[in-house]
Amino acid sequence: MSAVSTSPVIERGTATSRIAAIAVALIIALLAAAPQFLSAGAVDRMTALFIYVILAAMWNALAGFGGLVSVGQQVFFGLGAYFAIRLADAGLNPLLALFASGLIVGAVSWPLSLFMLRLRNGEFAIGMWVIAALTHLLVNLDRLVQGETGTSLISLNVYDAGTRRTTIYWLALVSMTALLAILFGLLRGSTGAAIRAIRDNEDAAASVGVRVTGTKRLLFVLAAFGIGIAGALWLATSITFQPKTYFNVQWTAYMIFMVLVGGIGTFEGAILGAVVFFLIETWFGGAGVWYLVGLGAIAVLFSLFLPRGLWGTIEERFGLRLLPVGYRVRLPGNPAAPADDGTAPSPQTTQHQEKA
Amino acid sequence: MTNQIIQGILLGGYYALIACGLSFMFSVMRIINLAHGSLAVFAAYALWWLASRLHIPPFFGLLIVLPVMAVIGWALQRFLLERSARGGALLPILTTFGLAIVIDNMLFEQFGADTRSLAPFIGSLSYDSWEWPGGIYVGKLAVIMFATAVILLGGLQLFLTRTRLGRSIRATSEDPDTAGLVGVDARRANAIAAAIAMVTVGLAGAFLGMRATFDPYAGAPQLLFAFEAAVIGGAGSLWGTLIGGIVLALAQTLGAQVHPQGFLIGGHAMFLVVLFVRLSASGLGLRGLLRLPSRSGS
Repeated sequence: MSAVSTSPVIERGTATSRIAAIAVALIIALLAAAPQFLSAGAVDRMTALFIYVILAAMWNALAGFGGLVSVGQQVFFGLGAYFAIRLADAGLNPLLALFASGLIVGAVSWPLSLFMLRLRNGEFAIGMWVIAALTHLLVNLDRLVQGETGTSLISLNVYDAGTRRTTIYWLALVSMTALLAILFGLLRGSTGAAIRAIRDNEDAAASVGVRVTGTKRLLFVLAAFGIGIAGALWLATSITFQPKTYFNVQWTAYMIFMVLVGGIGTFEGAILGAVVFFLIETWFGGAGVWYLVGLGAIAVLFSLFLPRGLWGTIEERFGLRLLPVGYRVRLPGNPAAPADDGTAPSPQTTQHQEKA
Repeated sequence: MTNQIIQGILLGGYYALIACGLSFMFSVMRIINLAHGSLAVFAAYALWWLASRLHIPPFFGLLIVLPVMAVIGWALQRFLLERSARGGALLPILTTFGLAIVIDNMLFEQFGADTRSLAPFIGSLSYDSWEWPGGIYVGKLAVIMFATAVILLGGLQLFLTRTRLGRSIRATSEDPDTAGLVGVDARRANAIAAAIAMVTVGLAGAFLGMRATFDPYAGAPQLLFAFEAAVIGGAGSLWGTLIGGIVLALAQTLGAQVHPQGFLIGGHAMFLVVLFVRLSASGLGLRGLLRLPSRSGS
């Protein structure tokens, strides 16, 4: 810090971020009206995109912010669909069942977190995978599901195809927007400071009084809830429920791919990653096995050579913030100074974050 | 019932075989290799290919496959894990997971969805058995598998405690920086450790192929078995892996008795119960549970 008379400016929003906020509002409005113009196929694809965004954002919340890499998140995806089937079978309105299911998945994840959060790193990662495998086997035992044969969300057929398609589209859009808003609010609030502190250094965070376990639990339950909703929505779009498809580890592979490519630990990165994944799937999804090999190879390459992902690299290079969740310090006389709150907080930013 | 218990114990030998490489790499490099199971399946396919195309029987095929696995292990450490471990503890999980996806799908691309087995290439060994007193029949292959596990674990133990190279690997796992000060090349030690781990993976893959069938996506369950056996048994020695493997296999056998689909459920449930008891008793994370003798056993 040079001896310039003016003190450093601490800012949160920037001109870019204010424009971005308006753009976000416009995009959401546009997306809400989109089913009027889009073909049936395009509406379905957009619904899938929204679900991908939810998956990416939730895995990022857990791994990027909570430092908890899980390879078993498909358990919540599968349970989201399974509970929706169960609730609908019990007579609940199928659309209502989708959200009730998400809530139940969130509730189930709470006791699970008491146990699983005591594992660290790789142990947590594979431990969650074991949980997913076990849950899959137990769901198969349910007579309603009929093992791997599966079942369907038949009660959704009371709506005609057109209404069903648009309704699910809107539900997915609302879910995505709401979950992103919750995450954004969480990251900007006082919990956000704690979350970023944990992300950067867990032990140091604990030493200054951050409630590490409580904060991680919050992220774990939020991620379970969000992925549960995503699973229920996926069920609503495809109607059929085959345990093998929903409890497949490929869902977690997709999440990892999206977040790794987009930028782990950045709010915008997960969204960007989901869009990239969506485009790749649209263009190359027909390539079958080579498409999957490509996804895996890209994930390996990003983890080795671009671990911050696309967005993390853009942020670093250009100091760009569209949806700022942290603060940044601009030193006078050096306007391009470290805009690094989102990625690697300097001592200055950390101090201010604690006050937030 | 006695019969089933004996079969369970012998199956535990297989789990010990597949678990010891995972546990070994974790104790030396602090990395859990998520491509572990996929690499074992890769080795099984390599043996199958040698046997069906070049008519090289699997036991001779191992002479080719095991050195190849060692080279793969060395390269894995040098080109992937070393680099990704510099990015923190979480990155290697993502790197190796991506690698597993690549391997699984390449195998699918190459060999298709059909399940394969090495059993047709080992003659009568796949079904021959010995009669033990009390009218108990034990498969010769199962006994060979168990004996291999015991010899491998014993050999590793001797290697780590008695040889210069083994001691340098242990030193690196304790504290790479200090080991460096006394002239141990940590990079070399890690690469050799990875090569050794992959040789054990190659052996495990061979027995996987001989005792059962495999398909391109069989790697994931193998990884879970390896992890579970390592955690259940990892109370501080290599031999713990063997005990872990036996406990896992017995729990699966018991599960299968209770319910037709209970084989896997029994194993997973046993893993969680052991984990739960350990965690509540120790208050520690799992880190202390996945240790090898390199840390405390000698």
